[in-house]
Amino acid sequence: MSRAGRANGIDRTGIPVEAGVTGIDPSRRGEPVLTARDVSIEYEVEPPVKAVRGASITLHRGELLGLAGESGCGKTTLAYGLNRLLKAPALMTGGEVVFHDASGRDIDVVGLDGEALRTFRWSKVSMVFQGSMNSLNPVMSVRKQLHDVFTTHRPGMRRAEREARSAELLSLVGVDPARLSSFPHELSGGMRQRVMIAMALALDPQVMIMDEPTTALDVVVQRGIIREIMRLRERLGFAVVFITHDLPLLIEISDRIAIMLEGRIVEQGTAEEIYRTPSHEYTKRLLSSFPSLRGDRGDFIRTGVGSGAVEGGAA
Amino acid sequence: MSAHGTATSGTSATSASLEARNLVKDFRLRSGVKSRILHAVRDVSFTLEPGRTIALVGESGSGKSTIARMMAKLEAPSSGEILLDGAPSATGGSRLASYRRDVQMVFQDPFGSLNPFHPIRHHLERPLRIHHPRLSSKEIGARVDELLERVRLSPASTFADRRPHELSGGQRQRVAIARALAPGARFIIADEPVSMLDVSIRLGVLNLLAELQRQEQLGVLYITHDLATARHFSDEILVMYRGEIVERGPSERVILDPQHEYTKTLLEAAADPDRLGRLRDEVRNGG
Repeated sequence: MSRAGRANGIDRTGIPVEAGVTGIDPSRRGEPVLTARDVSIEYEVEPPVKAVRGASITLHRGELLGLAGESGCGKTTLAYGLNRLLKAPALMTGGEVVFHDASGRDIDVVGLDGEALRTFRWSKVSMVFQGSMNSLNPVMSVRKQLHDVFTTHRPGMRRAEREARSAELLSLVGVDPARLSSFPHELSGGMRQRVMIAMALALDPQVMIMDEPTTALDVVVQRGIIREIMRLRERLGFAVVFITHDLPLLIEISDRIAIMLEGRIVEQGTAEEIYRTPSHEYTKRLLSSFPSLRGDRGDFIRTGVGSGAVEGGAA
Repeated sequence: MSAHGTATSGTSATSASLEARNLVKDFRLRSGVKSRILHAVRDVSFTLEPGRTIALVGESGSGKSTIARMMAKLEAPSSGEILLDGAPSATGGSRLASYRRDVQMVFQDPFGSLNPFHPIRHHLERPLRIHHPRLSSKEIGARVDELLERVRLSPASTFADRRPHELSGGQRQRVAIARALAPGARFIIADEPVSMLDVSIRLGVLNLLAELQRQEQLGVLYITHDLATARHFSDEILVMYRGEIVERGPSERVILDPQHEYTKTLLEAAADPDRLGRLRDEVRNGG
C-alpha cells in the first residue's frame, strides 16, 4: 500500500486520538473547534422562510458530528451559515459562529469580511458539497483544478511545490497521482468525489463540512469513500460535520449526532444515545423509518398499520 | 373492492403468473466509428405470482431497471420471452393493451411521472377510460374516488382536483400507485418506488404497496438498491450484478446467510447502526 506509506510520511496531527472517542463526558472530549450559538437564518422572500431557528452546535477537534434531517429541514442552510457561504436572499438574522483556531485565536466568523473571509474559507473550514463530483470543471484537468486552489490561496507557492502537493493529495484520497492529467469525464463518480475531497483537504483545514458527500454514489463506492474519510480524519485530525438523511449510516460512523427538524435542532447526543435512548418523538420516528438490516422485523412492517399516520405527519 | 372483481377472479386460476424466461438485452453503444455491445441483461428468468413480491436488488448499471422496462413492455428483449399466465405476451396492438391492463409500472420519480398541468383526477380517469371504455362518466368518477381511498388519499374529494405540485412526494407516489391499479392490474413493477422520497414517508408507501399486494393478491416486482427493505417487503430476493442474477433465494436466507461474494460485498457496504463505532475502531487499528 503505497498510499498508506505516503500518508504516514505527512502525518501532522498532534490531536489526541481520544478526541473522537464516544462514551466520554462530552464536556471533556477535546476542545471545541467550532461553536455556533443560537443561529437563525431566514430566506427573505415573500413570505419570509425561517430556515434555521436558534440552532446551537459545538464541534470538537477531530470529532465527527452527524447532522441528520429530511429535505427542507435547514441542515444545508445551517452548514452554509457555518462557512459564511449564504447568498441573498438567505440572511443570518441572529446568533454567532466562532471558530477556535489551533493557534489559540478565536475567530468571529459572522464578522469576517473581504480578504479575512477569503483566507478563512477553505483554509480553516472547507466543504464538500452535495453532488459535488459533478461540480468539477469538465474542460480542466484534475491537475489544473488542484493547482488552482494553491494559486488562489497560497500565491507564494512555487509550481514544483504545487505539483508535489497535488500528487500527495491524490494519493492521500486513494487516487493514483497519474490521474492528475485526467479530465473529470475520464473518472468514475467515486473517483471524482475523492478528487473533491482532495481539494477540500488541500489547505489542511481544521474542519470539513460534508453535505451528503456520498448520497449519489452506489453503496459499495460509498462505503469505500466513507472509510477513506474516517482514515484521513484519524491521520490528519480534522473535525467533520457530516450531513445526511441516512441516520443508520450516521449512527455507524458519528461520534455525536444532531437531529434537525423544521430549522431546529431537536436532539443532540452521542451516536449511542441517539440510537439506544432517543428522547425526541421525531428522532424515534426517523429511527423507525429504517427497517433493521439484520435484526428482527419491526412490528410496523407489513402490517400497514400507521402508514397513513406517518404520511400525514410529514405531508 | 367491487372495481376489482374481474381482476381478482382472474388471479384465482392456478396458471396466473408473469414469467420472465431467459431474458437477454444487449445495447449497441456507438462512439464515433467504433461500436461495442453492452450486455445489460444476461439470461434472466423468474416468475411473479399473485400475492408474492420478488425483490430485484443491485447497484446502478446492474440491469435491474432494464428488466423493469422489459417487463412493462417499454423495451423489447434481444432474446427470451415474457409469458403472462403461461402464454407468450404480445408486442403490439390490442393484445399489448390487454397486457398493460394486467401489468403496470410505478416509476421512481413521482415528480416526473405526473403531468403538472392536469389535476390528479385526470391521471386516474385516463387509464380508466382507455381500459374500460364502456364505463359512464359517473362510474368513472366513482372509480377515481375509490382508487384514491384505496391508496389512503382520503377523503378522495380533497385530492382529486388538486394538481401534482400541491401534493407531497409521498402523496404523489400514492397517486402513481392508484394509477397503476386503475386498469385493474394484477402485476406491479415498482422501480425504486421510494428512493426519491423523504425517509420518514418511505415505509408508509411500502406498507401501502404490501397491504394492497396482500388484499388484492397482486404480484409485485420490487426493484431497489436497499437491502433492508428488500428483506422486509419481499418473499424472494434476486441479486443482480452486471446483468446477471448471481444469487437468489428466500429473502431472510439471502440477507442473513448470503452465499455469493457479491451479495456479501453489498451487505458489508450497507449501513447498519448495530455496527456503531466499528468502522472508526477498524480505521484506528490500521484497517
